[in-house]
Amino acid sequence: MRFVDEFRQPELISKAAEEIRRLADPGRHYRMMEVCGGHTHAIYRFGLKDVLPSNLELIHGPGCPVCVLPMGRIDDGLAVARQPDVIFAAFGDMMRVPGTQGSPLEHKARGMDVRIVYSPADALKLARTNPDKHVLFFAIGFETTAPSTALTILRAKAEGIKNFSVFCNHVTIIPAIRAILDSPDMRLDAFIGPGHVSTVIGCRPYEWIAQNERKPIVVCGFEPVDLLQSIVMLLRQLKAGEAKVENQYKRVVPWEGNRAALRAMSEVFQLRSYFEWRGLGFISQSALRIRDEYAEWDTEQRFSVPGVRVTDPKAAQCGEVLKGVLKPHQCKLFGQECTPEHPIGALMVSSEGSCAAYYNYEHRKMATANILIQTA
Amino acid sequence: MAHGAGGQASRRLIEGLFAPLLFHSSTEPLTDAAHLEINGARLAITTDSFVVKPLRFPGGSIGELAVNGTVNDLAVSGAKAEALVVTYVLEAGLRTEVLEAEVRAMAEAARGAGVRIVGGDTKVVEHGKADSMYVTTTGVGRLLKGVAIDPASVRPGDKILVSGALGDHGITILLARGELDFEADLASDTRSVLPLVEALIGAAGPGIRWMRDPTRGGAATSLNELARDCGLGMVLLEDQVPVRDAVRGACELLGLDPLHIANEGQFLAVVAPEYADVALNAMNLAPGGDGAKIIGEVREQPAGSVLVSTLYGGSRIVDMLVGDPLPRIC
Repeated sequence: MRFVDEFRQPELISKAAEEIRRLADPGRHYRMMEVCGGHTHAIYRFGLKDVLPSNLELIHGPGCPVCVLPMGRIDDGLAVARQPDVIFAAFGDMMRVPGTQGSPLEHKARGMDVRIVYSPADALKLARTNPDKHVLFFAIGFETTAPSTALTILRAKAEGIKNFSVFCNHVTIIPAIRAILDSPDMRLDAFIGPGHVSTVIGCRPYEWIAQNERKPIVVCGFEPVDLLQSIVMLLRQLKAGEAKVENQYKRVVPWEGNRAALRAMSEVFQLRSYFEWRGLGFISQSALRIRDEYAEWDTEQRFSVPGVRVTDPKAAQCGEVLKGVLKPHQCKLFGQECTPEHPIGALMVSSEGSCAAYYNYEHRKMATANILIQTA
Repeated sequence: MAHGAGGQASRRLIEGLFAPLLFHSSTEPLTDAAHLEINGARLAITTDSFVVKPLRFPGGSIGELAVNGTVNDLAVSGAKAEALVVTYVLEAGLRTEVLEAEVRAMAEAARGAGVRIVGGDTKVVEHGKADSMYVTTTGVGRLLKGVAIDPASVRPGDKILVSGALGDHGITILLARGELDFEADLASDTRSVLPLVEALIGAAGPGIRWMRDPTRGGAATSLNELARDCGLGMVLLEDQVPVRDAVRGACELLGLDPLHIANEGQFLAVVAPEYADVALNAMNLAPGGDGAKIIGEVREQPAGSVLVSTLYGGSRIVDMLVGDPLPRIC
């Protein structure tokens, strides 16, 4: 497969692994955070931790837009969808995320009209083909997915489609990174920078991390070669005492970002003054809401939304895992009360969630430690 | 819904509710078919329901699945299907030509599989139920000589074989639903695996420990069940697992693992190491068996789990499927 196989070649990977071993100072313990949940999953899926030296620790960041959504927002969306003749449409990722009364899939089993869509355009199509119903699109994602939501709202307006609204939970990545760096219990050496968010916002927004916080950051792709090459680039910076923003994912990420996407976003969205993030608390200017000119397509303006704040169960340590303070298996509920089949928090079911990555790929390996695999 | 997906929830439903109440013994491992001895005749019997949307798809239809699925369940239990009975639950308003097409497909599939359809039942339910039609087939067959399948006989060092490329059926269905905006040159792999099973038994009968057809839940679920039943580890070599490019591509795009995708014309076998090469040879030479491969082996660790060894000396655990495979966002 093009754009995939070239970046999975075993020879390149062993070369990169060798270079990492050469560059890593044995007297130092490196702590690098991969912000993006997609990177966490890639690391586990390709078994990359097995090729890294033991003094290089990867910390999982909060870059999972489903995981950082407080349960109350899911309840809100489902509350509106409970009304007659409403179709609840969302990405596959949202379907197993638990609200206080169950996940969207559980609501579907109880009779709610819940549909998986692969893009907001599909949700708009549902509105076109079901004129007697109202389609509620539960929008999530960082700046990665916000532009397509924006374009869909613009299209809804242009076509005069009235039976469609967006329940907007888009959040922005920079405040999340800032919250990590402001956290007193976090000590990090460098960042593996988010890949797909950067295709929209570009690399400039990360400059303060290098200049003010003096931490190197490399914007990274999702294939094994990408991840290892980014780690090489970070180690080189650390060795030279440098701190700058570099772009390893050049084939996809333009330094200046995507102007058209940013324009569409600023046309339709504005920043909320504050928004609650699971684990990180209330952060100002960190989430998007739909501008008043597009109120007709804003679920929160068309329907009355309960807006109840729901705190996570006391024993759940989603917040600490999201911040990277705890590894998933260190949460008391991991693998016991909280599993992919009956999750307490979204981290265990989201495809970007670090608990899900750990559970699916790693945790039984740890129980039978040090397995030596000999490839035939 | 998760209870029907073939993964963990399904297993709990069977082990927790059905087995203790219905089965004579709830401690024996669950197999694809039940073995009976009646007046000296060694028989196997199995049943399966088919619920698929859309009814017709590239490579087949619900009718073929209904015949091949039951023939295959018997085959991997070491039995040759002799006769099937079939139940139709039809939705009121179903067009006659649709029903006729499926009945013809079943007749054709039965002919191809060498099995007789000897009876059945039909019920009609209200419009809005049964998704057009549900089909159940129950099959009975004679146990083949020369093979004794028992997960307890699995040993470290045994080899894991697959009869051909994984993931074709499930991805074909996903694309046939038309919800995704892409297409691929793919068709369901539905077929009777009996000829390949017979070839395998002929060459390596005494060395066959276990066989299964990985339908819903995919190869990962079947191997996890075996790992749990025998308390050993299944270690697969990622680059040896045969997957067509189109399936790999679709899985990459959707964030799915080919090991979790349903198959309707493949089977897995665990074979003693001294028989592995001759087993593979026999399968490769049999019609439709050229894609068969050795994909891994049984080891002591990780006990009770399935491990996939990646190309770079790394590894990951592959669990049983939880719920339905859901495509991801970004």
